[in-house]
Amino acid sequence: MTQSAIVIENLVKKFEDVTAVDGVSLQVAKGELFGLLGPNGAGKTTTINILCGLVKPTNGSAKVGGYDVQKEPAKVKELIGVCPQETAIYPYLTGAENVELFGNLHAMNKETVKKRRDMMLEKMGLTQDAKRKAEKYSSGMKRRLSLILALIHDPQIAFLDEPTVAMDPQSRHAVWDFIKELKKEDKTIILTTHYMEEAEELCDRVGIIDHGKLIALGSPEDLISKNKVNNLEEVFIKLAGRKIREEI
Amino acid sequence: MKLQRVFALTNKEMKKTVREPAVLFMIFLFPIVFVFAFGASFGGVGGGQPVYQIGVVNLDQANSVNSSQVFLTALSNTKILSIQIYADNQTAQNDLSQGKIQAVMIMPTTFSQSFASYQAAPNAPSKWINATISLYLDKGSVVATQAIPPIIQQVLAAFADENRQAPPSPINLQTASLIEVKQASALDFIAPGMFTFASIFLIMMVAQSFAQDRENGMMKRIRITPTTPTEFMTSQVLSYMVIALIQAILVFVMVYLMGFRPNVGILIYAFAFLLVLVFSLSNVGFSLITATIAKSSSAATGISFLFVLPQLFLGTFVGASLSSAAQVAGKFVPSYYVTDALTSLFLRGAAITSPAVLLDMAILSVSCIAILAIGIILYGKYYKI
Repeated sequence: MTQSAIVIENLVKKFEDVTAVDGVSLQVAKGELFGLLGPNGAGKTTTINILCGLVKPTNGSAKVGGYDVQKEPAKVKELIGVCPQETAIYPYLTGAENVELFGNLHAMNKETVKKRRDMMLEKMGLTQDAKRKAEKYSSGMKRRLSLILALIHDPQIAFLDEPTVAMDPQSRHAVWDFIKELKKEDKTIILTTHYMEEAEELCDRVGIIDHGKLIALGSPEDLISKNKVNNLEEVFIKLAGRKIREEI
Repeated sequence: MKLQRVFALTNKEMKKTVREPAVLFMIFLFPIVFVFAFGASFGGVGGGQPVYQIGVVNLDQANSVNSSQVFLTALSNTKILSIQIYADNQTAQNDLSQGKIQAVMIMPTTFSQSFASYQAAPNAPSKWINATISLYLDKGSVVATQAIPPIIQQVLAAFADENRQAPPSPINLQTASLIEVKQASALDFIAPGMFTFASIFLIMMVAQSFAQDRENGMMKRIRITPTTPTEFMTSQVLSYMVIALIQAILVFVMVYLMGFRPNVGILIYAFAFLLVLVFSLSNVGFSLITATIAKSSSAATGISFLFVLPQLFLGTFVGASLSSAAQVAGKFVPSYYVTDALTSLFLRGAAITSPAVLLDMAILSVSCIAILAIGIILYGKYYKI
């Protein structure tokens, strides 16, 4: 494996008597698009929150970009961009103002913010609506705007937590194209999803997580052939004994 | 600390204030509507100021100088109180119960004597003859109960001694203060409290804002950026200080239009706005405490009233006619010190450097900074910024 962008070792997170993450260890290479798959409540978002420095692990360690997330959270925050699962945008600001605000929070210079704002709004198909208040956007548009906020500062490592959840097919494919472009730019991307077809389409490798444990790790092709099934959905059924979307 | 982040977040808060109708109303339109409503009720907007009918039973047994007559003339000169003399208490009480007059004032037999004893030895309380003026108010009239006692107290204080800062007196003055009342309207007496009144509602708005940002994930999202807690809190404090200043200016413009014309210079006005700015720190502090306790923005609205109401009732003009115990309790809320300092500056003619004003400012500053610090620590502990 080439140089690791993310190293997780024996990560554990307990919330009172519930173990959300249970001894997960994995490495993600620089420039890799890694999918963290699993049903709702499997521990994907908790893992992402630990990697972002939002949640303190009960046990184990995590390094992002070579920095320990607990010891050097400020360094980690400079490297990462996070698109959270919930659509978090300021509804009373316009799309463009939301983007500019996050550019400023990342201390980008005015010219660069403007250039990247226009470029990303264009790629996400929001240029026409850039001056409208975000509260007027459709849910798909809000999700796309949320993704721009995460990536406005051109981070080396992007955490995309269910970026296409509840999106219409058109928006979903726009986001897929956008993620593919990010990969071409050699960005490291951690994508959490419970859409197996999304993972098959985009990811170099995937980790399947269930009840907080990592139950499978490898490229989609390897996992499919190793388990002698037709797709990742069937890999999950074979390993977990149930369908991935039963709990949705 | 990167000012770029601070200003970006401040700018965002200002846009929120202007663009969210509910916030805009509570922060800016509410003070305007409130001042207008009070001005119309008390200040004589739309056809002269209100005049309250006071029945007086004068039992004073004056020997040479009849001080009670002089005092009653001073009351009449306010143009707010119309004095009607009654021969006996029974008749006056009957008229009060019929709503013909709004208050009955019983001048004690020893009024002139008491006043003379004070004039003979103003610095020797042991030689004074104590006297108490009894005041009966029409409890059915909120306006009368709020407006009449402070006016009588102010006139009595001025009548007792115009030149002392805080006169002890043989006549029961309660919270009397020094003001030379000649032609004052009720608005003049309540205007200082209005500056404070408007700003208090910031507690509710800021608490809601914090809880809302937490609910919709924005607080978490900001925490993922390199923004530091110091930068975030600075932006919040800065935003709400600016909003408090704009509120104070709006209230001032409104009360000025209503006829409030204190005879003071520009420095006094500047100092008055500074008081309101310092006061806004405590409002942000209380709102953070509220947001810490509240699990949702709607809960924040309710909980904020735990801090809003004491500040309103004990520390603004509303407190002028409260019981003495409530007035003592008022000294534990920051708004009391703003109102008191503004009253000293605008109505009593005190200088900025006068001990009373400086003491108010000192207590206000220390308490507001302490409340803000407690708010930041509590919020940071339970929710992280």
